Amino acid sequence: MAEKILEIKNLQTHFTSDSGVVKAVDGVTITVNKGETVGVVGESGCGKSVTSLSVMRLLKDTPGKIVGGTIEFEGKNLEAISEKEMRLIRGNEIAMIFQEPMTSLNPVYKIGRQIAEAVQLHLKYDKRQAREHAINMLKLVGIPRAEEIVDEFPYQLSGGMRQRVMIAMAMACKPKLLIADEPTTALDVTIQAQILDLMRKLSKEGDTAIMLITHDLGVVAEMCDRVVVMYAGKVVEEADVFTIFENPKHPYTEGLLYSVPKLGQKVDRLDSIPGNVPTPSNMPEGCKFAPRCPKVMDICRQQDPDLLLIDKEHTCRCWLYQNSEVLEV
Amino acid sequence: MLKYFLKRLIGIIPILFFVSIFIFLFVHMIPGDPARLVAGQDASLADVQAVQRELGLDKPLYTQYAEFVKNIVQGDFGLSLKTKRPVFDEIAARFMPTFWLTFWSMIWAVLFGLVVGVFSATKRNKWQDYLGMFGAVSGISLPSFWLGLMLIQLFAVNLGWLPTGGMDSWKSYILPSITLGAGVAAVIARFSRSSLMEVMKEDYIRTGRAKGLKENKVVWGHALKNSMIPVVTMAGLQFGFLLGGSIVIETVFSWPGLGRLLIDSVSFRDYPVIQAEMLLFALEFILINLFVDLLYGVLNPQIRYE
Ligand SMILES: Nc1ncnc2c1ncn2[C@@H]1O[C@H](COP(=O)(O)OP(=O)(O)OP(=O)(O)O)[C@@H](O)[C@H]1O
Ligand SMILES: [Mg+2]
Repeated sequence: MAEKILEIKNLQTHFTSDSGVVKAVDGVTITVNKGETVGVVGESGCGKSVTSLSVMRLLKDTPGKIVGGTIEFEGKNLEAISEKEMRLIRGNEIAMIFQEPMTSLNPVYKIGRQIAEAVQLHLKYDKRQAREHAINMLKLVGIPRAEEIVDEFPYQLSGGMRQRVMIAMAMACKPKLLIADEPTTALDVTIQAQILDLMRKLSKEGDTAIMLITHDLGVVAEMCDRVVVMYAGKVVEEADVFTIFENPKHPYTEGLLYSVPKLGQKVDRLDSIPGNVPTPSNMPEGCKFAPRCPKVMDICRQQDPDLLLIDKEHTCRCWLYQNSEVLEV
Repeated sequence: MLKYFLKRLIGIIPILFFVSIFIFLFVHMIPGDPARLVAGQDASLADVQAVQRELGLDKPLYTQYAEFVKNIVQGDFGLSLKTKRPVFDEIAARFMPTFWLTFWSMIWAVLFGLVVGVFSATKRNKWQDYLGMFGAVSGISLPSFWLGLMLIQLFAVNLGWLPTGGMDSWKSYILPSITLGAGVAAVIARFSRSSLMEVMKEDYIRTGRAKGLKENKVVWGHALKNSMIPVVTMAGLQFGFLLGGSIVIETVFSWPGLGRLLIDSVSFRDYPVIQAEMLLFALEFILINLFVDLLYGVLNPQIRYE
């Protein structure tokens, strides 16, 4: 049995506003083992980013709040520790890369300083060592002229280069877990492949586990060991990458696989399944996917199914497999 | 960059030239005859005309303007009609008191306003924010003569800690600079609050937090510098206004500055002094503007000077 590094159990994160409660994440269970890459896929708005921000406890400044479930990192309950302890984990043991490379770096500070900052903070390097380390990291992520780039500002770099800088920054303290929230969505195809290669290489070398959030099943196929499929704030299926592609059980996963774009074709969203993602104000009774499901039955419209273990390390939330063993309620 | 600023400095000359035309016309449109004031209320018409000739007021406007410019270029601002002393000396004597009062007012007001703004922005919709913004609204809406008089009443008359007016020691600066800076602090607080609140929504703020930085470090280290451009612009404008000298505050605190010189000279139709003062204001604004532009470059590396 592999060693667990991150264990999200039945996470519920809700946003409260004047117009009511939005259950952005409503029962998400994800386990990431040491050194492994887990893909989290699902259509836009299904709660992928909110899940990752919940893990990092970065929902401050938003109306979002974790209202249920647990998040354990190396056996430590992240919801229970103090903000100070959490800061020691952020950027150090869990690092994060974001979807928006163009805006994720501070425009008024030099690249080197922004990388060195985390290094000085967590590895207790002095200024000169941290700068040295920043240059090495830039070299490691394949940035040419690293010695010059440290003293340049973000606006002087392209999107792909900036995402490399973000990766350099994230990997600088050798995190045990990297959460990459659609790291390549904003980049063009050739750059995408380079960035993915780089992430794979670095995770192998540093034995870093990756939680890779993406729209792109092509990326999943290439990068991931296991896949978690999310729909409307819930996990609907989870299995290893071969099972997901060869033997998907949930009709939503099947739909996603049908809509996989041809190789090299760039898509920002998976929207070729007929129908729309339900809006928070218009959540259907029962299974959230029922209105779009080709295999819908009467019971689907009345009651939400549980996430069931349907095979060895293969879970699915669907009435088609109701006779399976109950994993969780 | 040096080249850019040299160019800008040289560019001041034509601007001042145009400004001088407006000032000249404006001053000559002020109703009331300076020659009559100089000669005295009961002087004869012949006397008044003699004074007019002496001052060159009988010549056509464009001749008067040409002489005005010619003299200024030679550094001669003429004599005050009222005191008969060189205008340059009159203004120089009044400039420093106003400058220092403005300087100290700006220093405390900008620092204080900034701190209030940052706290209000980070404690949004908590009591600190409400308190800060209540203070800011008060600072903007309290009339300065009222605030000045209240401060004098409390600290000078009742408690006897500080002088009621004049410019004798550092203590004399305290009450007038509080009065003068209150409005500036309020404006800076509001500007920095709204600007910082915008910046705090940026993605790189999330990056800073994700690095494990303390919230203080995120705010003061990453957000503040990004939010400074509107604040610096506003502070520059305020500085320019205050350097003109506040008539109200200099009157309330018997401060020997430019503001009082201005009302004295306007009520006496002392047009050489008025012209020189207005020219000085224009120059101050231009220089402050240049300085603010320089600061933009420091704050945002993406701004290039060409
Ligand atoms: N700051 C916020 N305030 C209110 N609601 C929010 C906020 N952030 C997210 N949500 C809600 O959470 C839901 C899930 O958002 P999330 O960003 O996690 O989606 P996602 O799966 O990451 O989508 P994408 O693929 O577009 O990035 C959204 O539909 C939205 O309703
Ligand atoms: Mg997202």
